[in-house]
This record gives sequence, structure tokens and C-alpha cells, in this order.
Amino acid sequence: MTKTVAKLSISEHKRVNDDHFILTLKKDGVFPEIKPGQFVNVLVEDTDVFLRRPFSIHDADTKQQSFSLLIKAVGKGTKSLQSKKVGDTLDVLFPLGNGYSLQENNKVLLVGGGFGIAPLYYLAKQLKDKVEDIHLLVGARSAKHILLTEKFDGLATVHITTEDESLGEKGYVTNHSILEDDFDKIYTCGPHPMTKALALYALNREISCEVSLENMMACGYGVCLCCVAETKTHENVTTCLQGPVFNAKELQW
Amino acid sequence: MVNLAINLNGLILKNPVILASGTAGYGYEYDDFIDVNQLGGVSVKGTTLHNRAGNAYPRMAETPKGMLNAVGLQNKGIDYFIENIYPRLQEYDTTMILNASGSTIDDYVALCEKANELEHIPAIELNVSCPNVKEGGMAFGVSCAGVSEVVKEVRKVYHKHLMVKLSPNVTDIVEIAKAAEAEGADSLSLINTLLGMAINAETQRPVLSTITGGLSGPAIKPVALRMVWQVSNAVNIPIVGMGGIMNTTDAIEFFLAGASAIQIGTANFINPQVSIEIINGIEDYLKKYNYTDIQQIIGKLKTT
Repeated sequence: MTKTVAKLSISEHKRVNDDHFILTLKKDGVFPEIKPGQFVNVLVEDTDVFLRRPFSIHDADTKQQSFSLLIKAVGKGTKSLQSKKVGDTLDVLFPLGNGYSLQENNKVLLVGGGFGIAPLYYLAKQLKDKVEDIHLLVGARSAKHILLTEKFDGLATVHITTEDESLGEKGYVTNHSILEDDFDKIYTCGPHPMTKALALYALNREISCEVSLENMMACGYGVCLCCVAETKTHENVTTCLQGPVFNAKELQW
Repeated sequence: MVNLAINLNGLILKNPVILASGTAGYGYEYDDFIDVNQLGGVSVKGTTLHNRAGNAYPRMAETPKGMLNAVGLQNKGIDYFIENIYPRLQEYDTTMILNASGSTIDDYVALCEKANELEHIPAIELNVSCPNVKEGGMAFGVSCAGVSEVVKEVRKVYHKHLMVKLSPNVTDIVEIAKAAEAEGADSLSLINTLLGMAINAETQRPVLSTITGGLSGPAIKPVALRMVWQVSNAVNIPIVGMGGIMNTTDAIEFFLAGASAIQIGTANFINPQVSIEIINGIEDYLKKYNYTDIQQIIGKLKTT
């Protein structure tokens, strides 16, 4: 798949809550095919930010020639992006990485830890015609950190956990009761401890599981070799090129 | 018309811009972004005699105007390279340079013997300066005796262009450069990364798995320029300058300081098309000041 570096204009800048926002970017001319789970590497034109910032693709619309990014304003790079306006342009390297696989299944579970919900929306949309019964499980510290679940109305049955029990079941996603159900496949995205726990859970129950990793990277196209993950065979593979989505059974946990 | 071609002590480059090892991949990773054939050269990923898994994650940290890396020469070894990667490289019309690294003299020699047989690779860049490998690499590069020994032994088995990549992590880089020249290096490339570290004050832990790593990017440019200037005044073989070159102006500064060619490294991560932009920028600069040949600005820093 051809990667591009292009100046894209911001067509929409939507506030989600105090520190989360969605940027929609539009590309004129040739628009590449975008798979759920793929990501972009964005140049932040701010003197205090050196490297590009990677974000997973939250949604894409080939007809509109646009895609969107869910961003958490947490550091200099993301705060600088938050201050951008509709009509501003961003220098973006995309689409990067492999993406989730989209097989036909009866019942699948999508699991997002906090901000890990970012790529699951586009994934759910792409799975809609292939999967009978889609479930989404999201977890966060408290209710106010649960993001965008209303977008999944009509796409997936939503299950929630919060650590303070302010919404859904108390605890972590890894101990939600929905995990007692039988699933044909689990797709995850989120912080490493959650991903690891789910991968081990799936491996133990022999459920096919695809995890999306969030390793730090510089380039995004396979040359810096900074974002590596260790495989079962003790080989280091790049998250940016061979990932970010991996079959859980191929990685060393 | 301006001439950008460079004769680097027998190694002909169509222009003086080379992708730096460790940021170049094997060149083909850039096919989506640029026409690799327009480059002066590509110094491919550091290669060792045997497979190396490299260091554990995390391997990088962003720092002010730069980054630290601790990749640790991850590569599948020279035999894998020859069988699986080299055939692809033959399709390119640019100067492919093999960055060669080792942890013992015997490893360097065995590796370079194999590299000598590769018809489409006219040069090696002997890496005696990797800061991220515990048992070697930089150990050779930080003493005159170490550099002399490795260059002398490699010279016996490698009969094509031998470029030696120098470490900045030394007391006097000029003495090291002279030692490499005395043992038969055809050219010198400098600088490799500066040894550095990053700490996370929240976790009170180092950011890199290896604690220390190699600093690159604009943060090191003044150090690199100073070293290129000092070395170019002390040796008679050509110098390939690198260290924080982000744009045409940076590149011109290295030529003025005495570099006959330059390498683009970390800047590729920010803009994978920057190497081509710099080639075009150098041509524009030469035209603007009525030069006809890149040679006319090399080492022409005005100090009086």
C-alpha cells in the first residue's frame, strides 16, 4: 500500500471533552484506501516539538476523501494540535501500518482501554456487514473518562467498566462479566498492561485475538527501528510496519 | 548548469547527498516518498557478521531539538543481507554503501571480506562508532590504537572504497581521524551520535532500556560542524559530514566547513522527502551565487 506525505486541511475540529478532540482532515486528489487500525504520523509545527506524532485513524470516509483522528491533549505536541483551526493545514504521513483483519464472524468483542477506543469506531463500522453480533467493552478510571460510546449505537452492544464504579461494572475491562461469553474473535487497543492481560486471556481460551500496540516511534515507515515489539521467536519487529496490529499469539507477552 | 557530482577519492557520487545509515533502512523504504535514484548515495542499515536482535524496547526518546536512540544494530547479518536484500539494491541507480559493524576484529574482517564480493556495492562505511552496542563498535573508535587496528585489518581484505565513520565521543577526533587515514581509509564520515541519556522524573527511571543512547538531530549540529572543520584541516582524504542537517542551509554549512559530501539522518524522520529537497536546494544555492561546481564551495569557509 502506498504511503503518502501530504498537506491536509482541517475540515472539522470537534471538542469531545476538556482534553479530547477530533480533527477531520481532507485530502484532494488521489485518496488512499484506509484500513481500520492504520495510523498517521503528524508533523507538529511547533518549535518545542521535534518528532512527528502518531495517531490511529478514528474514522475514514473515502467519498468525502477525509479521515479523522481522536486526540488527547496531553503534551506539547497534542496541545499544539488542539489550538489548530478549521482551514489550517497539517503535514501528514499516511496511511501507515497494517490494520486489523476483517473476517466474517458470528460474535466479536472490541476492547478499548480509555483512549484506546480511537481506532475501534472505524473498525466497528467496517465489521458491521461481516459480523452478526459486535460487542464493545471500554474501561476507564471514571465515567467522565469514558469517551464516545454513543457513537456505537446501532453498531455494537456497549459494555463499560470504571475503576470508581461511576459507570458500568466496577474494575478493569479484564474482569468485566461479558468476558464470560463465547467470542469468535477479540480486537483490542489500549495501554500495554490491559492489552497484555487480554492477550493472555484470549490465548488461554484459544480465542483469536488481534492487539494494536502503541509503541513510541520516530519515523512511522520502518527505518528507525525504535518501535519494536518482541515476537515469540525473540525477533524484534516494527510496530509501524509489521504492526501496529498483531496476532496476540505471535508476540512474546 | 551546475555540477553536483563528487569524486570522493575514487568513489563517484552523482550528487553529494547520502541517506545516513540507521535512518535509510535499505533505501527501498523510501520508494513511496522519493525517487531513490536521484540520491547521491544510500548508506544502508548497519550490518554485522551475525544476526543481532538489537536492544529491548524502549529505544528512543525525544529531546530538545533532537532524539536519543538505542537500537543496537538490529539486523539479520551479512548472509541474510546478501541473499535477501542485496538483489533488490541492484535495481537502483545510486551509490549503495554498506555500513559495516562488528564487535571483534575477526568479525569486522569476515564481514568485509564478504562485502568485498558485492559487485553493486562500491563502498563500505566502517562503523567503529556505534554507541549502543555493549561489547564493541565504539570501543574501537574511541582510541587511536583501536581505530588503527581495525582499519589496518579491514584494509587487507577490502579492496574497494573504505569510508570510516568516526565517533564524536572522544577527546581528540583529529588524532583518531589521522590514525584512520594512516591505515588506508579512503574517506571519513563524521559524526556518529553523541552519547547521551534521558530521565523520566515522574517514574524516576531512564527513558531508554539501555539507560544511555545516541543523540542525533539539530542539537548536535554545532559539534558536528566543529569536528568536520577540525578534521578537514588535518587530513588529506575527503570527509562526509553529518550531524543534525535538516535543510539546505545546514548542508551548505557542512560543505564550507570542509565536507565533500553530506549525510541526512534524523531529518528523514521529520520529512522523508527532505534529501531530495536538499539536493535541489544545493543546486539553487550554487546558481544563486554563480558557482558552476559544488567543488567551489567545499572547505571555503572564510576565516580572515
